Amino acid sequence: MKTTRRLDGWTARRATLLAVLLAVYPSSRLVAQDTSAVDRGVRIGLTYRPGVRPGMVVLPGRGPVLDSVRAIVARDLDYSDRFELITLPGGDSLRASVVAPPSTPTTRGGGAAAAGGLNYPLYQALGADFAVTIAPTPGDSQVVTVHDVASGGVRREFRVRLPALTDPGFRMAVHRVSDRAIEAALGVGGMAATRVLFVMEGKVYAIDQDGADQRLVSSSDHSAMSPSWAADGRRFAYMEFWEGHGRLFIQDVASGKRTAAATSGQALDFTPAFSPDGKTLAFSRATEEGTDLYTVNIKDGCCLQRLTVGRFYDNLSPTYSPDGQRIAFVSTRAGLPQIYAMAADGTDQQLLAPFDYGATGSSNAPEWSPDGQSVAFHRDVGGTLQVFVLDVRTRAVRQLTSVGRNEDPTWAPDSRHMAFVSDRSGYRQLWIIDLETGRIRPLLQKSGARLPAWSPRLPETASSTP
Amino acid sequence: MKRLSLLLLGGLAIMAVAACGGKKPETTPAPAGPNADSIAQAEKERADSAARAQAEADRRAKEEAERRQRIADSLAAMGRSTDAVKTLLATLIHFDFDKSIIRGGDAAILDQKVSILQANPGLRIRISGHCDERGSDEYNLALGNRRATAAKQYLVSHGIDAGRIETASYGEERPLDPAHNEEAWAKNRRDETEILAGGDALKQP
Repeated sequence: MKTTRRLDGWTARRATLLAVLLAVYPSSRLVAQDTSAVDRGVRIGLTYRPGVRPGMVVLPGRGPVLDSVRAIVARDLDYSDRFELITLPGGDSLRASVVAPPSTPTTRGGGAAAAGGLNYPLYQALGADFAVTIAPTPGDSQVVTVHDVASGGVRREFRVRLPALTDPGFRMAVHRVSDRAIEAALGVGGMAATRVLFVMEGKVYAIDQDGADQRLVSSSDHSAMSPSWAADGRRFAYMEFWEGHGRLFIQDVASGKRTAAATSGQALDFTPAFSPDGKTLAFSRATEEGTDLYTVNIKDGCCLQRLTVGRFYDNLSPTYSPDGQRIAFVSTRAGLPQIYAMAADGTDQQLLAPFDYGATGSSNAPEWSPDGQSVAFHRDVGGTLQVFVLDVRTRAVRQLTSVGRNEDPTWAPDSRHMAFVSDRSGYRQLWIIDLETGRIRPLLQKSGARLPAWSPRLPETASSTP
Repeated sequence: MKRLSLLLLGGLAIMAVAACGGKKPETTPAPAGPNADSIAQAEKERADSAARAQAEADRRAKEEAERRQRIADSLAAMGRSTDAVKTLLATLIHFDFDKSIIRGGDAAILDQKVSILQANPGLRIRISGHCDERGSDEYNLALGNRRATAAKQYLVSHGIDAGRIETASYGEERPLDPAHNEEAWAKNRRDETEILAGGDALKQP
């Protein structure tokens, strides 16, 4: 439905242009823009291209549990923006005739009817390149089969043991099935088994990337800011206001236990960021000398190290490159805040995101993408904030949003989706954009949610909470 | 017989006139029986004494009341002074957008704070910097910190011991006016001053 609506806005000329672009750069990373924007200027964006993405059909399972599983998986695959989800004509009534009991996987090239028992020609005719079936087994487990419809065979079959529908870990277990299906079909990692931390009314919440299962994960009498994940998805850090000071806390996801980070507690410490190896916490500390970046060893609380010395300017909001070698951060050394980078030990400080002195607005809230290629941030454009993406290698800066005020971008582990805060709907709420298709969806339709932090792919033990 | 009785009557009348003269008999006071004069005297003395005691009590009560009033007055005066000083001390100063420079008019407000701190050596304060909602949430913590520090530096440069002033920043987290317009933003870009210690009885500068 959305596809149709969006396609309506495209002229044939632009569609042709897109086709040419796609033909010229078939393997390059697609450059997407905020397609809900009013088109203006020469900005080129891509939007939905049915037929470009492989078609995917998720076939109905049996029983209420598998219906839920199928619904979650279908939505995850849709939200991955890597497939064109195909709805079966006549709804689910085709199920009985087309789903056969699972069989042993066969290599591709086998007879269409024989492999997996699917009527491949039918799904080919519907435009499907892949099909996913989820079937119960005699035991308590389920068999998930990813069919390669185009070549008429089973791509992969795996057995999972899903928790009960009422188990708090049920949804995350299903999200993990989605990621395995994506990996089986396309050989890439998904982002279904993730959660997004955010702040609302001074408390830290977590929510599944599909907008379900919102839970309060940290609440005290002190208002919180700036949640931030560790790369292993087992811990996160955040800041709390304590009597005019800012204290940093590290919380264990599985146990919910939190510990104060080994900082003085007598300063205003904020914007914590884990190093990728999880051993170091970088943060901003505001004192009467201004705000500067520090690191501290998490385990023993030792070795507080000062990375910047900005007596007459501020340095804040550190974010590590995924290899742990560099830290991008905000500095006001040239007047307005802009995005800089340095070695993780504080040496070799240099401008990262180019700007025109006196013309470019303030730039803030950088976050290094998990693939290391980009740094997202927001920048003041004409008195409001917009999300930008910097290509780290070429230093090219690209404006991603243009509708309303858009800020505090955070990367999904697939490095193509991003959550951010936007007031495009009339109030500030959380949205997700896919950089490659430009598709935008609300993550949470609640006013006041802000400072999102997208998790890495969550490990199994960390899935039940938060 | 008649003459005798008239004489007697006359004598009695003379006596009675003499008695009514009110003059104290000079030589022979009445030797026995209740003396009207002494009763009157005693009663008068008693009345006088009671009046004196009453007057004394009244005087003391008045003095006590006055003393209490004086204490109350001085306490009230002190309270008025403390409240006035607290109000002065809590006066906000404001900033331009994304700036932490003390504006000209606000320097006078800070001068008052200098005087108050000088008049009350036991006073310790915390200055917290605040921002409007337009900037970045996290950057505003750094900006608020600069705003608080700017006010502290002003006070310190005017002779106040730096150890008596703490600074803090709440960024845009605690707006005074939650509206989304320039009027609200201008109100929210501010430094607040709160008393940490020594604020029970404050002297006017």
